[in-house]
Amino acid sequence: MSGKITKVSGPLVVAEGLADANVSDVVRVGASRLIGEILNMTGDQASIQVYEETSGLGPGAEVVTTGMPMSVELGPGMLDNIYDGIQRPLPEMRALTGDSITRGTDVPALNRDKKWDFVAVAKPGDKLSAGDVVGTVQETSAILHKIMVPPGLSGEIKSVQSGSFTVTDTVAVLVDNKGKEHELSLMQRWPVRIARPYARKYVPSRPMNSGQRIIDTLFPLAKGGTAAVPGPFGSGKTVVQHQLAKWSDVDIVIYIGCGERGNEMTDVLMEFPELKDPRNGEPLMKRTVLIANTSDMPVAAREASIYTGITIAEYFRDMGYDVAVLADSTSRWAEALREMSGRLEEMPGEEGYPAYLASRLSQFYERAGVVECLGSDERRGSVTAIGAVSPPGGDISEPVSQATMRIVKVFWALDSSLAYARHFPAINWLTSYSLYVDTLAPWYTEQFGESYMKNRERAMHILQEEAELQEIVRLVGQDALSAEDRLTMETAKMIREDFLQQNAFVDEDAYSSYLKQFRLLDMVLKYDVLCREALGKGADMNALFAIDSREKIGRAKMADPNAFGDAYDAIEKQMKAEIEEVTAGGEDA
Amino acid sequence: MIKEYKTIKEIASPLMIVEHVEGVTYDELGEIELPNGEIRRCKVLEVEGDRAVVQLFEAAQGINLAASKVRFLGHPQQLAVSGDMLGRVFNGMGNPIDGGPAILAEDHRDINGLPMNPAARAYPAEFIQTGVSTIDGLNTLVRGQKLPIFSGSGLPHAALAAQIARQARVLGDDETFAVVFAAIGITFEESEYFINDFRRTGAIDRTVVFSNLANDPAVERISTPRMALTAAEYLAFDKGMQVLVILTDITNYAEALREISAAKKEVPGRRGYPGYLYTDLATLYERAGRRQGKKGSITMIPILTMPEDDKTHPIPDLTGYITEGQIILSRELHRKGIVPPVDVLPSLSRLKDKGIGVGKTREDHAGTMNQLFAAYSRGKDAKELMTILGEAALSDDDKLFAKFADEFEKRYVSQGNTTNRSIEETLNIGWELLSILPKRELKRIKPEFIEKYLPEK
Repeated sequence: MSGKITKVSGPLVVAEGLADANVSDVVRVGASRLIGEILNMTGDQASIQVYEETSGLGPGAEVVTTGMPMSVELGPGMLDNIYDGIQRPLPEMRALTGDSITRGTDVPALNRDKKWDFVAVAKPGDKLSAGDVVGTVQETSAILHKIMVPPGLSGEIKSVQSGSFTVTDTVAVLVDNKGKEHELSLMQRWPVRIARPYARKYVPSRPMNSGQRIIDTLFPLAKGGTAAVPGPFGSGKTVVQHQLAKWSDVDIVIYIGCGERGNEMTDVLMEFPELKDPRNGEPLMKRTVLIANTSDMPVAAREASIYTGITIAEYFRDMGYDVAVLADSTSRWAEALREMSGRLEEMPGEEGYPAYLASRLSQFYERAGVVECLGSDERRGSVTAIGAVSPPGGDISEPVSQATMRIVKVFWALDSSLAYARHFPAINWLTSYSLYVDTLAPWYTEQFGESYMKNRERAMHILQEEAELQEIVRLVGQDALSAEDRLTMETAKMIREDFLQQNAFVDEDAYSSYLKQFRLLDMVLKYDVLCREALGKGADMNALFAIDSREKIGRAKMADPNAFGDAYDAIEKQMKAEIEEVTAGGEDA
Repeated sequence: MIKEYKTIKEIASPLMIVEHVEGVTYDELGEIELPNGEIRRCKVLEVEGDRAVVQLFEAAQGINLAASKVRFLGHPQQLAVSGDMLGRVFNGMGNPIDGGPAILAEDHRDINGLPMNPAARAYPAEFIQTGVSTIDGLNTLVRGQKLPIFSGSGLPHAALAAQIARQARVLGDDETFAVVFAAIGITFEESEYFINDFRRTGAIDRTVVFSNLANDPAVERISTPRMALTAAEYLAFDKGMQVLVILTDITNYAEALREISAAKKEVPGRRGYPGYLYTDLATLYERAGRRQGKKGSITMIPILTMPEDDKTHPIPDLTGYITEGQIILSRELHRKGIVPPVDVLPSLSRLKDKGIGVGKTREDHAGTMNQLFAAYSRGKDAKELMTILGEAALSDDDKLFAKFADEFEKRYVSQGNTTNRSIEETLNIGWELLSILPKRELKRIKPEFIEKYLPEK
């Protein structure tokens, strides 16, 4: 079925003669067979968004529908790979067309020639339903890829064989209850705009360990939860996203570079193969899928990229894995939506964004969650969604930030004034929040005892108090404060500098285990308690602030991640002795 | 056989509507022949049936609807490229205006370029010594980076950009370099300042200039930076040169874009700029970089003047989201006589971490850099407090930080436009300044470096 173009305006093409095509079908446009998707239909006229540059297209050129919605290929070969927004593998495109992305390049997402070692788990005669595991492929050293019965299919296995297969070879034959045979291969397809089915959904209850102190201790995220990282440019959004991609204790990471810098993707591509997962020692790239639709690549494919990413995430979730999706940045995605909406001459909502912006955003975030997967073994998997937001001028009153805040449960607000003072990660402790604190508290208590959450509360309280005291200092100077208040400010400074600040570029500090976080904060709070006692006994405040162990506390975060316990014990001992000495001196005088 | 149309229906500069066209395609280049034989150029913005919406690149003045002819050339706008472009001056449309002969083209390139495959990029990691302490020491520039200068009206951004162009070099390396300079809607005087500086230092022989001055047609400004970048890509990736591209002024570019968007009656975004300003700017900025297996590189220094010195204005804001950092000039420092008036706190180089350290600059670079930032920030806070409450309100430490902030501006930032400091000099000045502070406050530097580099008081 083919039609003819009647209008070309940037990425929007209108074609007639497509009465047989469906809304959301993928079409091929023009002689160079550019990839597009049907947005609207009027009679036999279709409005098409084209995922590639439309320069050189004109009226009369042919448009052919594929009869299929925008889909991704799911199977072995996605990990350790980098795709564009519509799942074309970038390294293979480079081999085919050189350093630049040329148009109409047709490369299958999964390599058709590569053979995988398939190990059958099911036996002939087994009755399987959708989601049941037929067999496995060791895709990378880190990840066992489970080959599942696709959604909507069930029946009895007629034949299944282990061995070496390409993604399109038949590995098993399934007979459904009507007696129809279905050939199963290592690969399945799924339309990106439809969420993959699961058995049931649960409320998230386990934290996602990120190794970042301000996140894990103050504003934790749950596995299967949603978070947003808003911030003006230069406040370190991308570094936060990279840190999460590196250190999160999930099985799979999907990193979507949506309308961002090309060099950032290159950075990930070069750095991740070198970095080792702290939990199993495998290179991080072996658990990572990259989706790169950089800012100079066609804008329509940017719109598709986050759906491509989250669909791949759901597929790995269905195997029972914990998956994190990092989208940098959802604002660029929203802008792509706005651009297409403008070309369609739709009535604009706030700031030119289409009226359906909020519903599209919530559809994306709602695909996160902890689920019981399809299949009879009741395995559980999760998708955690973390989106960066780039508000214009850093002002979060704009529509994308506001629509995001209504959906997500964790909000890490980046602050440019912290970034200017090189306080990184520049997450503002007063404006950020996590709604998972209460649901996760039992987990923390079970693992580390009551004091973990008590310390957290105490630290938050001190930081809050500091903000109020600073107001006073700004008006009347710090001499007006009592010694106790001065101590509060001093402790707050220690929490900020010695605990919250974390250097992503220093190996010892980039990842902090829960225990190290706990000990570090505990040490600072012990200092506070001891000094408060000493002040009560009349000790000299300035002498307390100047004890030698303070410098050691300041450097404590740089301690060896595997052997900090003894060092921290020693610092605490010295601190105690020094404070006692100062107190004794005060009593003498 | 190229068809000629005499069916211009409407002209509302910079847009023109031509009817009864056949086989015209999106983004195609066209020529308009006036009755007197003069030729002007245009490109197709939208084509619907037999009706084409065309954007003029030059003024509409004098075009007669009935008597003018339009031809469509079957390809997008192109630039004739050749190694002979070095040392030449072109107008904003890529035609020579220096009185020299036309360029013998080695190739014709689409000025829009193609997006670079992220898998083909090589990560910028080679330190460029600019000789400017605030850049080398604190906001390090690396080869293949795009680092804009955010300036304001009346601030000396031209002097800083010229200084960088003059002094920039990669340590221990003598590869061929070239400068591509695009004047986008700036005044003759400002353009001459750059060209004279290139001439004075002899760099002019290795420079390609594309010049669209303030009185040239605004619509041409859309093409000028693309011409410059097409030339830069050719020199870098075909000829293996290290190219520094200076684009000034991006604010004029964005305004030209707004003008055309308004003429097309598009739904405006913030402050009337089109919703696709981000994407459009990205197609310029992202052309900087390095490619795997290629010797050359494109390092880009776009300059923009922030309207009302407002960093949240859409032009600097969207630029900051695309570029790899920014150098911000401060009016306050300028008034104080600090040259160059670089405001280091909001300035940033995102790629600095890969370009500094052992084997690139010096082992102590990262630590001292963070310490200088943190100390200057605290010093400025202390000074602010001092102006409200008097010096007595400060703690002893804060007094030292306040002193540090003053000295930092005087000795580290204010180096003048002719001083070319080596990275060692820059780092050593940093250490001298840090020695003002109590040693226990130097938490961001490893103790062994403090031992090794901190001068005795």
